[in-house]
Amino acid sequence: MTESSSRVSAPALEPGSFAMIRTLGGMAMISGLILAMAYNATFGMIQRNKEEAIRNAVFAVIPGAQTQARFEVNEQGGLRTAQADSGGTPVFAGYDEAGNLVGVALGATGQGYGDVIRVLYGYSPEKQTITGLKVLESKETPGLGDRITKQPFLDNFLAMDVALNPDHSAPLHPIEFVKHGAKTESWQIDGISGATISSKAIARMLRESTERLLPVIHAHVDELREVP
Amino acid sequence: MAETPQTPSDLSTFLRGLWRENPVFVMTLGMCPTLAVTNTVLNCLAMGLAATFVLICSSALVSLLRNFIPKQVRIATYIVIIATFVTVVDYAIQAISLELYASLGAFIQLIVVNCIILGRAEAFASRNGVWKSALDAAGMGLGFTFALFCLGVVRELLGSGSLMGIPVLGSRFEPWSILILPPGGFFVLGMWLLIFSVIRQRARARET
Repeated sequence: MTESSSRVSAPALEPGSFAMIRTLGGMAMISGLILAMAYNATFGMIQRNKEEAIRNAVFAVIPGAQTQARFEVNEQGGLRTAQADSGGTPVFAGYDEAGNLVGVALGATGQGYGDVIRVLYGYSPEKQTITGLKVLESKETPGLGDRITKQPFLDNFLAMDVALNPDHSAPLHPIEFVKHGAKTESWQIDGISGATISSKAIARMLRESTERLLPVIHAHVDELREVP
Repeated sequence: MAETPQTPSDLSTFLRGLWRENPVFVMTLGMCPTLAVTNTVLNCLAMGLAATFVLICSSALVSLLRNFIPKQVRIATYIVIIATFVTVVDYAIQAISLELYASLGAFIQLIVVNCIILGRAEAFASRNGVWKSALDAAGMGLGFTFALFCLGVVRELLGSGSLMGIPVLGSRFEPWSILILPPGGFFVLGMWLLIFSVIRQRARARET
């Protein structure tokens, strides 16, 4: 390249610390201004895209759902209808054409290998099984950890037995992680070799979420049956 | 302005990145996204245009500020400038399509460390005027997009039998799955490097 040879090593004046601080500080301010403008300009659209993605994910994890309604679980373990995000844990109820409840979609969040992983899973109160799982957000390593977002890992969740124990306080068999190839029961998650941390993270967040939310769903299933 | 001895025309500044100094096929820079996201044509175009946008904006800004940046902190300043525009692109792609955002994955953020961009800031924009730097950046960016596109067309057509997601080779075509997997990136890149070096050698032989 011609540019690199034309570089002259002139005995330039040694710039003081002030020049460096001024440059870096000034640049950081310009950068902040540009970022704030870009963030403001795109915030609404990104939010709409995310809601759209969640809507589609709800239909994907509840087989047979045609319409959906949003509920929220509050801190006291109660359930209320919610039009938009108002702070509680969302529960999406899915109904078929006749308005019968076919399942609910629940969210789970946990720390993965890269960043926080957010998933949505379908649950059938009638069959007491998980009916599907979709990863909404993950920054797992491409080629390794990102296999949690693909088949065959997702096949683990097509009919996972999470039946509640006799006093309805938690699933009888907590969801557990097993090494790849060692899965014998439907509540076990067949790990991915090469992505142990990511697949363990999914197992942990699902176990916590099912232990917390399934008893609530069980207690309020009649409220969910009615289309709001 | 002390520029290179024989000041090249605007057009040749622009065309240089596209062909004679193509960042991928001639300088073999930016190999990481070249190998990673070229499995579909759409990914290639999105990645190429995102990098082009970052390249043009950061080159223009670096060139504009080139007389204020002390040389001890120049790399740090360039990185801040590049990272700013990468974040802008990151937001923009999320706003356009979350699906596209998911399929490009971490490679959008990784444009920050794409050596083509830092290389142009250091080798060209810090020594040339705003207009020339932007032209050079546009040429390099489009050259990068062109190279990604060349890889993407081959990989998607033979690897999944489609182009831009539309099936074109019919259902009787058995996809060469290897081509959309990482090793396929190396095979196709090697093939294109071979083709381009043959073309260049022929051109050189004709000149002499």
